[in-house]
This record gives sequence, C-alpha cells and structure tokens, in this order.
Amino acid sequence: MGAAPRSAYLRSMPTPLPSRSMRRSIALLAVPALVSGCSAVVLNPAGDVAAQQGDLVILATALLLLIIVPVMVLIALFAWRYRQANTKATYTPEWHHSTALELVIWSAPLLIIICLGAVTWTSTHLLDPYRPIGRIDAKRAISAAAKPLRVQVVALDWKWLFIYPDYGIATVNELAAPLDRPIAFELTASSVMNSFYVPNLAGQIYAMPGMTTKLNAIVNRPGNFTGFSSNFSGEGFSGMHFRFHAVPAQDFDSWVRRIRTGGGTLDRARYLTLAKPSADTPVMRFAGVAPGLFDAAANRCVAPGETCMRDMMMADAGSKHAMAMSAMPMSKPAGPIEASTTTAKNSADDTARLTGAGLSMPGAQRTN
Amino acid sequence: MMSPMDHPTPPVSPIFGRLTIDSLPLHEPIVLVTVVVIAIGGLALLALITKYRVWGVLWHDWLTSVDHKKIGIMYIILGLVMFVRGFSDALMMRAQQAMAFGGNHGYLPPDHYNQIFTAHGVIMIFFVAMPLVAGLMNFVVPLQIGARDVSFPYLNNVSFWMTAAGAAITMISLFVGNYARTGWLAMPPLSGVVASPDVGVDYYIWGLQIAGIGTLLSGVNLIATIVKMRAPGMTLMKMPIFCWTALCTNTLIVAAFPVLTAVLALLSLDRYVGMQFFTNGLGGNPMMYVNLIWIWGHPEVYILILPAFGVYSEIVATFSSKRIFGYTSMVYATVVITILAYLVWLHHFFTMGSGASVNSFFAITTMIISIPTGAKIFNWLFTMYRGRIRFELPMMWTVAFMLTFVIGGMTGVLLAVPPADFVLHNSLFLVAHFHNVIIGGTLFGMFAGINYWWPKAFGFKLDRVWGKRSFWLWVSGFWCAFAPLYALGLMGVTRRLSHFDDTTYQPFFIVAGFGALLIAGGIACLAVQIVVSIRNREALRDVTGDPWGGRTLEWSTSSPPPDYNFAFTPVVYDNDAWWDMKQRGAVRPTTGFRAIHMPKNTGTGVFLAALSVAFGFAMIWYVWWLAAVSLVGLFAVTIGHSFFYKRDFHIPVEDVERIENARTRQLAAEGVAA
Amino acid sequence: MNAQTHEDFGGATPVFYDLDEHDHPAGGSTALGFWMYLMSDCLIFAILFACYAVLGHSYGGGPGPKQLFELPLVALNTAMLLLSSLTYGFAMLALERKGASVRAVQGWLILTGLFGLAFLCIELYEFSHLIAEGAGPQRSAFLSAFFTLVGTHGLHVTFGLIWLATLVVQLETHGIGPDNKRRLMCLGMFWHFLDVIWIGVFTIVYLMGVLA
Repeated sequence: MGAAPRSAYLRSMPTPLPSRSMRRSIALLAVPALVSGCSAVVLNPAGDVAAQQGDLVILATALLLLIIVPVMVLIALFAWRYRQANTKATYTPEWHHSTALELVIWSAPLLIIICLGAVTWTSTHLLDPYRPIGRIDAKRAISAAAKPLRVQVVALDWKWLFIYPDYGIATVNELAAPLDRPIAFELTASSVMNSFYVPNLAGQIYAMPGMTTKLNAIVNRPGNFTGFSSNFSGEGFSGMHFRFHAVPAQDFDSWVRRIRTGGGTLDRARYLTLAKPSADTPVMRFAGVAPGLFDAAANRCVAPGETCMRDMMMADAGSKHAMAMSAMPMSKPAGPIEASTTTAKNSADDTARLTGAGLSMPGAQRTN
Repeated sequence: MMSPMDHPTPPVSPIFGRLTIDSLPLHEPIVLVTVVVIAIGGLALLALITKYRVWGVLWHDWLTSVDHKKIGIMYIILGLVMFVRGFSDALMMRAQQAMAFGGNHGYLPPDHYNQIFTAHGVIMIFFVAMPLVAGLMNFVVPLQIGARDVSFPYLNNVSFWMTAAGAAITMISLFVGNYARTGWLAMPPLSGVVASPDVGVDYYIWGLQIAGIGTLLSGVNLIATIVKMRAPGMTLMKMPIFCWTALCTNTLIVAAFPVLTAVLALLSLDRYVGMQFFTNGLGGNPMMYVNLIWIWGHPEVYILILPAFGVYSEIVATFSSKRIFGYTSMVYATVVITILAYLVWLHHFFTMGSGASVNSFFAITTMIISIPTGAKIFNWLFTMYRGRIRFELPMMWTVAFMLTFVIGGMTGVLLAVPPADFVLHNSLFLVAHFHNVIIGGTLFGMFAGINYWWPKAFGFKLDRVWGKRSFWLWVSGFWCAFAPLYALGLMGVTRRLSHFDDTTYQPFFIVAGFGALLIAGGIACLAVQIVVSIRNREALRDVTGDPWGGRTLEWSTSSPPPDYNFAFTPVVYDNDAWWDMKQRGAVRPTTGFRAIHMPKNTGTGVFLAALSVAFGFAMIWYVWWLAAVSLVGLFAVTIGHSFFYKRDFHIPVEDVERIENARTRQLAAEGVAA
Repeated sequence: MNAQTHEDFGGATPVFYDLDEHDHPAGGSTALGFWMYLMSDCLIFAILFACYAVLGHSYGGGPGPKQLFELPLVALNTAMLLLSSLTYGFAMLALERKGASVRAVQGWLILTGLFGLAFLCIELYEFSHLIAEGAGPQRSAFLSAFFTLVGTHGLHVTFGLIWLATLVVQLETHGIGPDNKRRLMCLGMFWHFLDVIWIGVFTIVYLMGVLA
C-alpha cells in the first residue's frame, strides 16, 4: 500500500470525517468481495485528483451506511420478530399511523442528504475537471510559477493521439508526464464519442467530435499505469487503451528528447491516415507535429478544402457572410479557409464556470 | 466533413432492398445453431397447437381478446419469453468476459459481442421489464378499482400487439441481418449512418418505435381507467397503493415516451434522409441526442420501479396481516418521485463537462429522490412492525427486495456525487448498480407479483418448494454475479469490453459467471415451478378467491374472475376495501343478477401488428414497395375498423346467473361464508 | 388529515354492492383519453420546438431564415388554416343544432377539408421551392429542424384530412349518432390543436426568424 497520507485533505473538507483507517474498514465492509484494497485503484490511485475523488467515494459510502445499516438490521429484526410463529410478539392489525414516526422517517434521509448535498456542492466545484490544479497533493501546495504540462488528446478510431504542443512532439497510445507537475489536457475526438480515463490519474472526461473538453490532473506516484476509453465507441473499443508513464521530471525530459531525435512528423496527411479506423494500434512517436493540428481536428477541418466549424459558426452568426454562402448550396465551400494556427483560449469561460460556487480560482493569475 | 451523401451505399434492389443471401447468418455457426433451435422449437409449438386443435380457442379467447385480464397475462408471457432471450445474451457475455484474457480472445468476435450487449439491454428493458410491468398493471388495476374492464378495451388489445410487434422485429434481427452495435441507447455519432451504415440501428429504431406506440396507448388507457372507472366510494385517497403507483407510472409513460418517439424519429431522419440533427457536420449536435434520450430514459427507470413498489406495498400489508403504515405519506412519496424523475436526467453524463454548477444541481435533485424512496422503505418496515408475517413466496421476495434494493439505492446515491461519478461512470460499478436496482427492485417485484396474483389469475397457487428453490438461487446468484462487478468497478474496469489484458481481473469475472449460472438455475426452477403447479393444480386449488387473506377488491371475486370481474360493482368505504367488507360482514348477493354490458373481441390489433412488422421490416431493409403497401394497409385496417359501430354486447343474465350460482355452490361446499 | 377513517353509519350495515346498476354509456372516458393523447402529441412538438431553438442558428454556413422565408406566403398559409378552424367550428354548430342536417355538417366539413388541403398545397410549394433553391433539409441543422417541425405539423394536417374524409363518409352511412358526435368532437380537438401548434410555428419559426 503506497498511499501518501492525505490528512491535510481531511482538514480541508467541510464535514468531519472518521479516521483514515476507519474509513478504509468501512469501505471494505461495503464491498465484501474486495480482497485487497491495493487492487482497488479507484480508492488508492497515484494522482491527487483521483485520490480526492476516491476519498469522496468512501466518505459518501460512510454517510449512506449511517442509514443503510440500521435499516437492514431493522428489516432482518422485524422479519424475524414478527413472524407468524412468534405469537408472543405484539400484533396491532389496525395501527397504521404515527406522526412522530413519519417525521423521523422523512427527516432521517433528509438530514443525510443535506450533509451529502453540501459535500457534493463543494467537492463538485473543487474537483471540477476544468478547474486548474490547486495543490500538488494533500501536503504540498503548488508554486505559483509552476507551468502545467499541456497535452492535447484526440480520440481516434480506436486509438489515442497525444500532442505535446509545448514540446512539438506527438505520440499514439503512449502518454507520459512528470511527477508533481499539473497536467492540462484538452480533448476532442475524430468521429464518435469516447471518454478519456486513467484511473490512477484523475476522473474521466468525454472526448467528443467537434467539441473540446478539458481535464486538469496531477500525478504523485511513479508508475506505468493503464488508460483507456470508457465510453463504448465501436468495433475496436476493447483495444483502445494506452500506457501512462508517470516518471520523475528528468526521466520525462529524456523521454521527450528521445522522441525528438526519433524522427517522423505528424503532418495533416499523416493524421488523416492515422484517423482511419484501426484496432490494437501499436505505440507511435512523432518528433514533429503540424502546427494547429489539434485545433483543426477539433474543428473538423484537417483535410484540405474543409471549412472549420469555428469559421462556419462565425459565418452563421453574421448574416452577411451567410448570404454569400447561400449562393452555393449543397456543396462544400470551394476555397479552403486557412485553419487558424493559434489555439483559441477561452479564459473567460474558465472563470465563468466557477462563479456559482463562490469559490476563488486557484492560480487564476496564472491562466490569464 | 463527412455527410451521408459522401458515404458509398451498397446497391439497393427495387424488389429486395438491401436484402441479400448474405443477410442470413449462414456463416456464423453460433447464430445459425440458435436460429435452427428456435425454428425447431417454434415448429414444434405450432404442431402441438394444431394437434390439440387449440387454434380456435387461441384466436377467439386470447389473441383477439379485449379482456384486460387476458391481455395482462399475454403481456407477462411475452415478457417471460423475451426474458429467456435476454438472459441467454447475459450468459454469453459472462462466458466471454470470464475467458477473454491476455492471449485468449474468447469465443465472440467484437462484432457479435457488441450486438449481444446492445440486444441484452434493449430486450431486458423494453421487452421484458416493460411487458411484465404492463401485464401486472393491466391484470390488477381494473380488479383493484372494482371495474369490469379498462376505459378503452380495444385499444388495450392494440397496445399489447404493438409491443409484441416491436419484440418480433427485434427478434427478426437474429435471423436476418444483425442488430445494433451501439449500446442500448444508440448514441450518435456512433449510431449515425456514417459509423453504423448497416441495418442494425434500423432494427433498433423500428423495434422501439412500434413498441413505443403500444406503450403510450396503454399509458393513456390506464390513466383514463384509474381516473374514470373507480368503484363508487373509492376516492383517490382510498385507492390501493398499487393503483397509485400505476397511475404515476402511466403518467410518466404518457409524459416521457413521446420524447423517445421524437428523438428516435430525428435519428431516423438523419439516417434515412440525411438530415443534420446529430451529425458531426453542418451544425448537427450529438449532445442533443444524449440529453433528449435521457430526458426519456430517466423517467423510464421510475416507470419500471414504481409498479414494483406498488406490488411490495400490497404484499407487505397482506402478509403482515396489517394495514399499510403511512398510506398518505406513501402516496405523496410516489408523487414526489414522479415529479423529480424529470429533473435528474443529466446525472447520466456528468462527465460530458457541463460545468460544476450544472452538475451539482442535477446531483442534488438526484439525491433528493432518495428521500421519498427511503420513506417508502421505512413505511414497509413499519408495516411489518407488530404484524403477523407469513413468509409465503411473495413475502420472501419482498424481504429480499428490501435488503437488496437498499444497497442498490446506496450505490445510486454514490454515483450521483459528480466527483465520485467521474471515477465510476461507465465502469462495472455502474453496471452492478443498475442491475442491483432493476433486478433487486423491478424483477424481484415482478416475481413477487406473479406469485401473489397467480392464484387470482388461474385459481390455484404456485408450488412452494420449487418457488423457494428459484428464490434462493436467484438471490444468491444475483449477489454472486454482481458483487464482483462492484469490486471490478472500484478496480477501474470499464464496461462493454470483450477482451482484457490484465489477468488479475479474471477470478472476479469467473465468480460473476458462476453467479449467472446460479441465476440460470433460478430461472429453470421458476419454469419447473410453473409446470409442477399446473400439474398439481387440483391440490393447489383455491376456490375462495381469497387465498392470502387479501385486503383489496381483486380478492373479493372468484379465481379466475369471470369475464365481467364483478357481478355487482362493489361499493367502497375504506382503503382496504375487501378487508373492510370482511370485517363488517358484507354478504355476497346471490340473486337479482342482471345482464352485463361488455366490449366485443376484435382481431384488428393482430392485423395492425402484423402490418407494422411488415412495415418496420421493409423500412429496415429499404424494401420501399413493401413499406408503401403495408402503410396503406395500416390505414385501411384502421379506417375499416372505424366502420364497426357495434363494438359491445350484453352477457345474458342467464349466463351471469349460471356462473354466479356455480360460485355460490362452490363456496358453500368449501364451507366459506360470503 | 387521515385517509383511513371509517365512515359512520350509525350501526347500520352499509351497502357493499351496487345492486341497481345500469349500463355505462360508451365513450365516457373518450374526451379524457383524447386529451391525454393530445398532450403527448404536444410533447413531441415541444421536443421539435426545442430542437429548433437549439439548432435554429446552426446554418452550417448556409442560408438562414431571412434569406429563405417569404412572410406573405406564410401569412396566406396561416389564413387558410385559421379559416379551416373557423369552418370546423361551424360544422360543430350545425351538429349541435336541433334537428341537425347531415348535409349541413358534411358541407362545413368539406369546406374545412378544402382549406386544409390549400394549406398543405401551399406548404408543399414552399418546401419544393426551398429544396430547388438548394436549401433542403440536408443542408444544415437549422434546415433539418425547420423541415422536421413544419413537416411534422403538415403530416398531422394530412392525417386530419384523412380522418375528416372518413367521417364525412361515416356521417353518410351512420348519420348523426352519439358515436359520430363523439368522433367529430375528437377530430375538432385535434384540428384546433393543430391550429394552436401552427400559431407557435408561425411566431417562433417565421416571424421571429425573419423579423428578429
């Protein structure tokens, strides 16, 4: 059990919690089939975000067991005590109402749900995948200068493409990240919906064609972990997994260097070949990536002659443009519109997402 | 941008559409064997019907019947038959997942495996759970409210046959072509024409559309029945709880199924006409499908569970020999669940990135549902408190439900916490959760209900010994099959995989497979139970019509009830109307009978269903001429039927007297007063 | 409030069976049932309106409402449908009159049908015109939503016309009885319901599309 102690996290939670060991034993009680806590990666992951999510699973289970266990005991007790053979037990065939009891019946679940609702509201905001990482782990705060590792993820049929825009490299079915450094994923898909999930790292997020989603994560423990799509996406779905290497910073740098010297460029033509359906694709590494490739993939205009969705939407918003386009119906716009090479940063969106919770955004100055 | 226009389509013959000899499963041994076995079984059945000359009885007394009791029984038979298919799919999946590790790729290629899990989900929800629920409601509700039939008896027959037609189309996919490989909700773009160009998704669409019409009409029918046809004195707050849950369920049906109809129609337009609702290009929006289908899909799970809650409420009061505790709060809990069912759909896709505030809102509305649900559990608990509990089979299922369902409810609330859902969504934990509530809630409820109302339907009880065997195998099998799935979910294993690299999961899957075998044993025992009971029916006979010491009106009439249910409509003064009548010495009238006004049988429903199957099949295979012909046929039959103005008749007073006098003699012979 | 109190009969045994029961008139639940059907149908339209609201600005780089819709034509179309509702009202008045004549009811119904047919023809003309311009339902999500919403309404009008023709014949064969009165009432609700939906279509799709 290599779990980092997370007592600081406990202090940051609004509700008093039972001790760590007690919570673990509760979790084991809840899942009797679980032979060993170690194999339950969801409850004992390598990354801080996933760890907090796993803790929440345990906390919510504990809260719910507060009411479930007494109810189960009472069911068994009443079923036994008031069995027909037991003629000594009281029998009140007409008794059917008790205001006091009704009050308890409705308020006991209500109280549990109020507690759980409060935990849910805060934790949903704190652990929002769009929220930048606010700490390395329970014990270590993050330095203001820490720059997240950007990774652009494209779910292809049926493999994962990872682009490292800051390093100009790309990999297929292999992901690596340095320990204790925030990772900012940006995700899209080429044709159908997928869900990007590394159980040891952080909760999942959908990768959808024509749209981008975000996921912020951090990994604290070295290892070679599995990652996969957790949203069924067709024929090659079962083989749509990859390895995630969580390594010390210097190892990550040498990994990048190796790929850079390895040669191969992921240009648009290569991307289009790669995007064709294939199952159980082996790992690929590219020393260079065409500029703006992720943006073009997200806007569905990698192939020459395709209009980017963003441009189309801009045209839709301005009716003058639309009028011009309507002259050539049913056909794709003739002239290729150059894909923008800069990634659109929607920082207003980032902050707007959190206004409802009244929570401040950690590292807000960093993103702007 | 890919649009259907760019997609190369295989040639479509003007006569056979997309059908070719390759559409038959001649090169797939597993499917071929299944098809042959089913074909032999079907032929044997037809031969037996012919040999014993029961075609006439079958047609006149059953297939064309507008009697709500017979329609209810036919729904349940449909549900149980389809259950065998759905469960076979489950066994195949369990076998595949128990063996496909590392170098072993199992015996099912992904193409086949993906069809199986899709068909399993669709069949279990639409053609097992829905018919069982609809069957029980059809059979019980009119009897419980003291009515002689439903509001629209002819429509009731059409509803059943439309459901059967949908099931037939889904079954045909086994023999001709293939089924969808998309998962049971067929999310685009995967279900779009680009990613799924062949007939699979079209089978899915038309099977559900046609069955959906039946479900919707049945919903309208039962609401009208409950609102309009209650016996004198039965105010809404004197209705049995089962009728309340039926009312709420059918309200959900009427308010949710149109959404399914609409969203499937839009998907069809994308697929058939090349529209852009859910495509990736030209402004289409697949997320809209996800939202719309869950706006139907979440109420759907309450459509399945509420009637089961009603069944448990009836059973727990009857077998505790005690009034239901907290009737009023039970009713309000049901109504609150009904309303909240529409406010939680987004919890099925927290991971889409909707933002924390939206996610929190839907998380908290979801959790709120657990309050009335919890209140119901307590009400059943306190109905048992200070009762005299008889552990007959229905009560055993009820206690098993209570113990099982609370766990399923707990894991449901757990999944409603968005950060927890981020790590458990689409995992086997989720699979375990919804099987926990659907099997432990709905299915146990249906078994409880079948054991409870069987003597009412047929006049003899079901065998206890085989019933107990089935019960214990089911309950232990359920936990054996799904506890490992909870564990695997916590180990980060996702669902719908046909192959695994990590062999440490294998023991869990083997245990789960063993659990599925135990359940298979439970199903076998259920079948034996039915056969043994029919054989020993004389020993199990109940002539009182009230074998359990019942409390509600269905137990006041004979078993099986006469066509007209009640020779005289009962007058109600109390929630437990029949209990009240027994307590206060109500005397069954034995003279003064009158002719009874009843609806006539009709074969129109069967013809409409047959034409619907032809229409659906033609649309699936692009056989346009057949589609046109069957559509015209549908209109012609409907309009033709509207020219029959005389749809009712009177059961002559002599017949009523004969039936009732026979019952009087029987009761006297048994020494039962009243 | 307690739902389970016994009613007090002052010691007398209450009547537990209705011994003097008479036939229930057929179709007692029809109005309620048909209302429920209409509401479920309304929900289908609600979904289509919602889709239009979501996709109504996704022109896919193609034409929008301002380039496509011709308000005078739509106004004419609306007038046809409103007039058909009016004539249906007259049919119902003729039906309720003492000694109602089958011919009068049929006449008004046929007039209603003609207005309905005119509405459909204008709609089909509009559709074919749009498709000829290259603005077919495949062109963009906006056009898909538009054709589906308006087309579903048109399909309902078509079904209404078939139903109406059937009833005209049935009035001929069976005269004015309680059955036909009930059927005419249902068709009336259906017809006016389609009018209400059209008002929504006219406002949200056409007026707001062109004038906004």
